[in-house]
Amino acid sequence: MTKMLRRDPRREWIARNRLHPEHASVLREQGEGAVSEWLGPSGVIRKNPRAIGFIGPSGIKRIDRSGAQQGGQATGSSHQAAQDSRRTVTIEAPAFLVAVVPELTGGRLSGHDKDLLGLARRLADADPERPGAVLAVIFGQHKGEGGGELKEQAFGEAGIDRLLHLEDDAYVGFAPEARLAALSTVERELAPRHWLLPDSPLGGADLGRRLALRLGERPATGVWQIESDTEALSGWRCTARGAAESLDIQRQLPRVALALAECAEPVDETRHAAEPLSLTTAVPRALSRIEDLGQVAVDPAGVALAEAEFILSGGNGVKDWDGFHHAAKVLGATEGASRVAVDDGYMARDRQVGATGTWVTARVYLAVGISGAIQHLQGIQSCDKVVAINMDPGCDMIKRADLAVIGEAAEILAALVAKVEQQRGGQRDAA
Amino acid sequence: MQPEHQGVAVTVLVSVGRHPLTGRARRADQDARGLELALGLEERLPGSRINLLHAGPRCEESESALRGYLGMGAGTGLEHLTLLEQPEGADAIPALAEHLASATPQLVITGARAERGEGSGLLPYALAEHLGWPLVNGLAAVEKVEHGVATLLQALPRGQRRRLQVRLPAIVSVDGAAPAPRQSAFGPARRAQLEVTPLAAERDHELAEWAMAPARKRPKRLKIIKSASARDRFKAAAAKAEGGSGQVLEGVSSEQGADAILKLLREEGVLPR
Repeated sequence: MTKMLRRDPRREWIARNRLHPEHASVLREQGEGAVSEWLGPSGVIRKNPRAIGFIGPSGIKRIDRSGAQQGGQATGSSHQAAQDSRRTVTIEAPAFLVAVVPELTGGRLSGHDKDLLGLARRLADADPERPGAVLAVIFGQHKGEGGGELKEQAFGEAGIDRLLHLEDDAYVGFAPEARLAALSTVERELAPRHWLLPDSPLGGADLGRRLALRLGERPATGVWQIESDTEALSGWRCTARGAAESLDIQRQLPRVALALAECAEPVDETRHAAEPLSLTTAVPRALSRIEDLGQVAVDPAGVALAEAEFILSGGNGVKDWDGFHHAAKVLGATEGASRVAVDDGYMARDRQVGATGTWVTARVYLAVGISGAIQHLQGIQSCDKVVAINMDPGCDMIKRADLAVIGEAAEILAALVAKVEQQRGGQRDAA
Repeated sequence: MQPEHQGVAVTVLVSVGRHPLTGRARRADQDARGLELALGLEERLPGSRINLLHAGPRCEESESALRGYLGMGAGTGLEHLTLLEQPEGADAIPALAEHLASATPQLVITGARAERGEGSGLLPYALAEHLGWPLVNGLAAVEKVEHGVATLLQALPRGQRRRLQVRLPAIVSVDGAAPAPRQSAFGPARRAQLEVTPLAAERDHELAEWAMAPARKRPKRLKIIKSASARDRFKAAAAKAEGGSGQVLEGVSSEQGADAILKLLREEGVLPR
C-alpha cells in the first residue's frame, strides 16, 4: 500500500504554477532538494541552477527540458511503468479452447512460440462476448524467466490462459509416438476448437503433421497470415506458403494449423493467468517402434558457424591462441573470431563473426577479449546468452553480455578448462 | 550371414521438382538426396533392391525430370521406375499407399516436401498413418540395417545428429541434411525404362477449391515502440543493443570467474557430457 504512488493534481498544478502563492511551500514538500525558482523580495524571479535537474545513471547531472521533470517531481523509472502497463486478463469460463504446442527450444518459449501464441490470442479473442482460452501443452522441463512464480509469469505474459504440463520420461528426446498419444488424450478430454503448432523443424513440423492425420484433418502448413472470413466454416481464412515457398495458398483455416514465424504479433499488452491444468485420465502407453539412442557427438569444428549452438569467439585480447584452440576443443565449442583476429591472421576468414562475416544464431556466445565493435554486435544480435571475458569493464561487449567477467582472458580460460577437465575426470572415476 | 540375406528392399518415392529460378521441371532436390542415400545403402549392403516410384501425369516435361533420377543409377542395379499414371490434380496418396501395401518394401525413402502443388510435406505422414508404419523425419544417414532394425542418424537443427533405431518396415523422409545427390548421367537416363501403370484417379477436391497465387513477399516486421513520450521513442530508436540486466563480475579471481561461466554453460546445457 505504501508503494502506491498517489497523485494530487492540485498540488501538481501548484508546483507547475510559479506565480501561485503556495508554490514555494509545495515545492519544498515535494522535492527532496531546494526550490529552484522563487520570487525575490524585490519582485524579481530568482533561480537556483543547482537545484534543477537530476543525477543520471552515469553520475553526471542531467537537465531534462522535455517537461517530464517539471515541478521537481521525479517520475517513476520507465522500466517499472512498462511492467505496470500490462492489463491482467483472467478468463474464468472459456467458450472454447485454442490449443498450442510450443516447441520450447532449450526449455524456453522461443520467438516463434510467442508469435504463435499471439496468433492463438487472435483466434481466442475474436469475439469479446465469448472469449476463448489459450491452452498450452508443454512436454518435459521448462525454464521460465527466473524461478518459482516468475516462471509462470513468463507463460502468462506470452498469453497463456491454461497450462497443461506433461512430464514423463517417455517424452524425452525423439518420442513422437508418446507425444502423439498424449495430444490425442488432450483432444478427447478437452476438445480444443483449434490446434496450433509451429512449423519448425524441431518438434512442431513433425508432431503437427502426425497429430493432424491422427485427428483426420488436412492441416494448413506454413501459415503466415489469418483473416476473419464469415463465409468460412471456422470463421477464418488463412494464407499459407506452398510448393517450396513459391506459392501462396488461400484457404479456410482448418482445425490444425502449422504456422511460420512472425505469423502474428506476440502478446505485449496483457498478462494472462497460465492456470495449471491436468488430465483426468492417464495417457495410454504407446508401444514405440522408434528408439532414441541419444545425441551423437559431432565435431564442432565441422558445424557451420551460422548454425552453431555454442561459439567460443576470440578477439584482440587473446594472446595465447594455442590455449584458445584447446579451450574450444575441451568445451566442445565452435570457434569464431572478431575481425581483428582474422585480419591479424590468427583465424580463417570464414570464422569471422559480424556484419562483414557471419551472422550467428548461437544459444551461448562466449566472447573472449572482444571489445564489441558495432559491426560485431550486429552479428551476434540473435544470440540468446552472451558471456564476455574482457579486461576493460567499460567496453560495449560488457554492456551487451548477460554475464561478464573482468580479467585476464588466458587465465580465466585456463581455469575454465581445468574445471571442465577435472569434472570429466571425476565422472570417469565414478563410472 | 550370407550376403544375399543382408539386402533390403528400398522404395524411393520421387517427384517432379521445380527449379527455383526458371520454374522448369527438374529432379526434386530432396528426392534426389533420398535416392543418393538409397544408392549408398546398396553399395554397403549387397543384394539390396531399389525401386523408384512416382504417381502423377505422364508428359514430356515430367518424363525428362523423372529420367534425371534414373540417370543417377548408372552402373548400379537401378534400371526402371514405376510410374502410376494419374491426371493432374489427382490425389497421389491412395494410389501410393495401395502400391506400397502390395509391394511391401522394407524401407521407403521420400523427400520432406514437394516442390510443386501444395508442398505441405504431408505425404510421408499420410502414408505412415495409412500403412501403420513408423516414420522418421529429417534423416541424415542410414548407419546399418540388421535383423529388421535400422539404425539411423537424424539431423537436428544446428548441425547436431541424433541416433535412432527403427523397426522395419518404415518410412523415412530426408531434407537438406542428407548427402548431396550425384550427377545424373544422360545416356543411362535415356535408355532406362519407365514402367507405366494407368490408374483410376481420385480427384483432390479440396485442393481444387483453394486459391493459389505466386508467393507474395512477406511484410517485414516493424519494431514498434509503445511509449507516450517522444523522448522515450527517440531514445529507443537511437539506442544501441543492450543486454540490460547483465551481471558483471569485477575484481574476482580467475577461479571465481570460471566458476560463474561454468555455471551458466551448465544451465544452458551446451557442455558435452
